[in-house]
Amino acid sequence: MAELHKLTITELSEKLSAGECTSVDIVTDILSSIDARDGAVGAYLTVDRDDALDQAKMADEARTAGKASPMLGIPVAIKDLLNVKGQPCTCSSKVLEGYTAPYDATVIAKLREAGAVLLGRVNMDEFAMGSSTENAALGKTSNPWNLDHVPGGSSGGSAACVAADEAIASLGSDTGGSIRQPAAFCGSVGMKPTYGRVSRYGLTAFASSLDQIGPITKTVKDSAILLETLCGLDPMDSSSIDVEVPALGEQLTDDTSLEGMKLGLPKEYFVEGMDPEVEKAVRDAVEHCKSLGAEIVDVSLPNAKYAIAVYYIIATAEASANLARFDGIRYGMRLDGKDPAELYAKTRSAGFGQEVKRRIILGTYVLSSGYYDAYYLKAQKVRTLIRSDFTEAFKTCDAILSPVTPTAAYKKGEKTDDPLKMYLDDILTTPVNLAGNCALSVPCGFTSAGMPIGLQIIGDDFQEETILKVGHAYEQTTEWHKERPSL
Amino acid sequence: MKYEATIGLETHVMQKTNSKMFCSCKYEYGAEPNTHVCPTCLGYPGALPVMNEMAIELCCKAGMLLGCEINPYSKWDRKNYFYPDMAKNYQITQADEPLCIGGQVEVEVEGEMKTFTLERIHQEENAAKNTHVAGASLVDYNRAGTALMEIVSNPCMSSAEDALAYMAYVKQIMQYGGISNCDQEKGQMRSDVNISVRPIGQKELGEKVEIKNMNSFAFIKDAIEYEIDRQTTLLESGGSVVQETRGYDPDRGETFTQRTKENAHDYRYFPEPDLMPVQVPEEQLKQWRSELPELPAQRQVRYVEQLGLPEYDAGVLTADMATSDWFEQAMQHTKNAKAVSNFIMGEMMRLLSEQNVEISESKLTPENLAEIIELIDAKIISTGAGKQVFEMIFNEGGEPKIIVEEKGMAQVSDDSALEGWADEAIASNPQPVEEYKAGNPASINFLMGQVMKASRGKANPGAVMQMLKQKLDA
Ligand SMILES: [Zn+2]
Repeated sequence: MAELHKLTITELSEKLSAGECTSVDIVTDILSSIDARDGAVGAYLTVDRDDALDQAKMADEARTAGKASPMLGIPVAIKDLLNVKGQPCTCSSKVLEGYTAPYDATVIAKLREAGAVLLGRVNMDEFAMGSSTENAALGKTSNPWNLDHVPGGSSGGSAACVAADEAIASLGSDTGGSIRQPAAFCGSVGMKPTYGRVSRYGLTAFASSLDQIGPITKTVKDSAILLETLCGLDPMDSSSIDVEVPALGEQLTDDTSLEGMKLGLPKEYFVEGMDPEVEKAVRDAVEHCKSLGAEIVDVSLPNAKYAIAVYYIIATAEASANLARFDGIRYGMRLDGKDPAELYAKTRSAGFGQEVKRRIILGTYVLSSGYYDAYYLKAQKVRTLIRSDFTEAFKTCDAILSPVTPTAAYKKGEKTDDPLKMYLDDILTTPVNLAGNCALSVPCGFTSAGMPIGLQIIGDDFQEETILKVGHAYEQTTEWHKERPSL
Repeated sequence: MKYEATIGLETHVMQKTNSKMFCSCKYEYGAEPNTHVCPTCLGYPGALPVMNEMAIELCCKAGMLLGCEINPYSKWDRKNYFYPDMAKNYQITQADEPLCIGGQVEVEVEGEMKTFTLERIHQEENAAKNTHVAGASLVDYNRAGTALMEIVSNPCMSSAEDALAYMAYVKQIMQYGGISNCDQEKGQMRSDVNISVRPIGQKELGEKVEIKNMNSFAFIKDAIEYEIDRQTTLLESGGSVVQETRGYDPDRGETFTQRTKENAHDYRYFPEPDLMPVQVPEEQLKQWRSELPELPAQRQVRYVEQLGLPEYDAGVLTADMATSDWFEQAMQHTKNAKAVSNFIMGEMMRLLSEQNVEISESKLTPENLAEIIELIDAKIISTGAGKQVFEMIFNEGGEPKIIVEEKGMAQVSDDSALEGWADEAIASNPQPVEEYKAGNPASINFLMGQVMKASRGKANPGAVMQMLKQKLDA
């Protein structure tokens, strides 16, 4: 039974159906893998072994009783901002230490329904605010490809655990690139679904109009299978949208032709300061898609250059209100004071990290009387322009290809003193969150230093099917996704 | 120099919805603290609001009844402030696009009809209830997130009487419309009052003072009068009014500074990203409009025109919806509207106020009253006996016919019995007999009283009168 942890959802699902292994075998193997590697990688914050094995047993019993589902018995790691009943949900923040979630997020309920095993909770930048998982208050996570390097963020734990074979798949959340960027940094596959595709109920909000939950997996097909499980209208989330969920997994076949597909190349996305190795890997990937039959067309996304500014106004404004509830009154950390104001000040001063405080203050500022029009209102107007850019572009192409990040994963500590430099990492991912459409990050090469590079495949609203098809064709005709870090 | 006051009201009304504004928790007044709560109304991480459609219906209907336009596009905003009564530390409300816009009402103030205009009605969520005990503050989140409407008037009133008449009218309409019970003791109707004073003839309004969160009409009246007086005295002595928020201390009958303009909150409103804008389809609005109830003014007209009641009666009966509904129920069982009205305005209101109970708590049912009236009209009992039966049933319950029988209250119209009593009265009271015969018709009343006394009230007064006249005029 060795090496089950190295397999994909698709492979394990076949083994499980064929009776070649059980879910208990898989979970047992994954737990040993975590024991062997997580000391170095640091992806997990908590693992409830007994609970995971109990779930695996139940999955095996359900299978014996005739239940069949591609996710049945597959262990999935959960980003620590999703509520799982009875488990902690710290968002890697001291302010939520001691909080136990009283309910299941909708995606968690869906995973349970599908029979997946909730494996444990993985590290992240505090409240998803960061691009390197260095802003985590409760754990340190390393890039499995080079332990001196960051895994990306904010879903750094989610990407690192999959890359290190410490989970078969994981859930992350993407507000400005938080799934795609760490997936690119760790050589995994990351999907940011269309806003409204996956319910946000139970996702601790960073920026409500931007947040989406999505899968991080080893292959594109796995991404499709897991995403299909998560999708659907949820009456508990008013922003979830009633669109049909296509059979995302099934449509990905051995046919790798991209004949008839038009892929757009936005000139604005090959920005100044981009690592030439990254640019080359992406351009090679574009050529590769052409060789599979795709037609490459030039597209323009002229307002993309404003995305960072717009993003850091809208996201911080929403965050300043979303994080107001962490006040020490009902749950989590509390430092008492002589009156509510003092209690709030003491609790929040001690409970939040530097970056979270920086963003709360920024968000509070842009919403303040006298500044609202100049910042928030203007940002909303530019957001509309960024969205129109995509609408225009998708009139001439089916999907857009670009790098995920300007550089591959960098050394820890390299950007921590310069938040602005860190913010610029998000330059190629934030436009998609602002516009609301979907995008996929797929491995497309390595730098000479051996760090993974990601190809971003951007789709129109609810066109996950299309970008998965492109990603799958690319992946099945390349070998990048088969590379594994040596740990 | 003479001064005048300008008053505007922000009236918060808790709607009669089955569940809270953004979650499925119920609201039950007086329930064990923190028993009607969930992740959403407790502001737990990851919980999201879902709009209560019934609240939207009730808010739109309130708007229709108060003459507002229904906004074809309204939206939700977050109002940010830190306080333990607001779990999320922001309130979901409507800032620049409220559900109802404008509106106006005609209200009688001390005999004069006045028009008061509304600025808007918006929908929001209620706050939790804070209780301060020795050394600690307790928060009960049962009320947190319940559906609350804010009815905002223009600064169009000028006296405490105006404000009270306006509020009484709003309360009456909310009750008639089935929108809220407006039980002030349960905090279902609370008002913030904005008051400014300026020299008569000055165009601009004076500096505005807001008195927050009052639920008793009596306190509101006192607070307004105190505040007008305070501001006028200040201006007269050459001082100036400071724009601020004040509280009212009912024990001292005074207002006091709570927050000055410098310390005013910056609520940092911004659109609520967790909720979609509200666009009620025209068809839906039409449907709701067709369901609007008959208002007191319309009922009054019907009572006068169709039931033949005096305007005065119609006004008294419709002032309170519970009374009016009770009247209507009684009218299902009798045609004698005036008798029902007399009983309600007389016996019923006396007993209710003596015993300090609501008409809904009366043991006497509308059917009981109809039956009593039937007994009187059939001359089986006298009106006086009817009143006695009314009071007995009001206190103890029971059936009118059975009580009349058991207590032997049926009146006597039998000629032989009456004749005996009449002869006896005439024989024993020669003086009133003389006076009557000498041309003083009122003297017959004394004889009448004697007969009633002899019959212990059971003689039919009409029959007695007829018999006495027959004998004396003969
Ligand atoms: Zn609730």
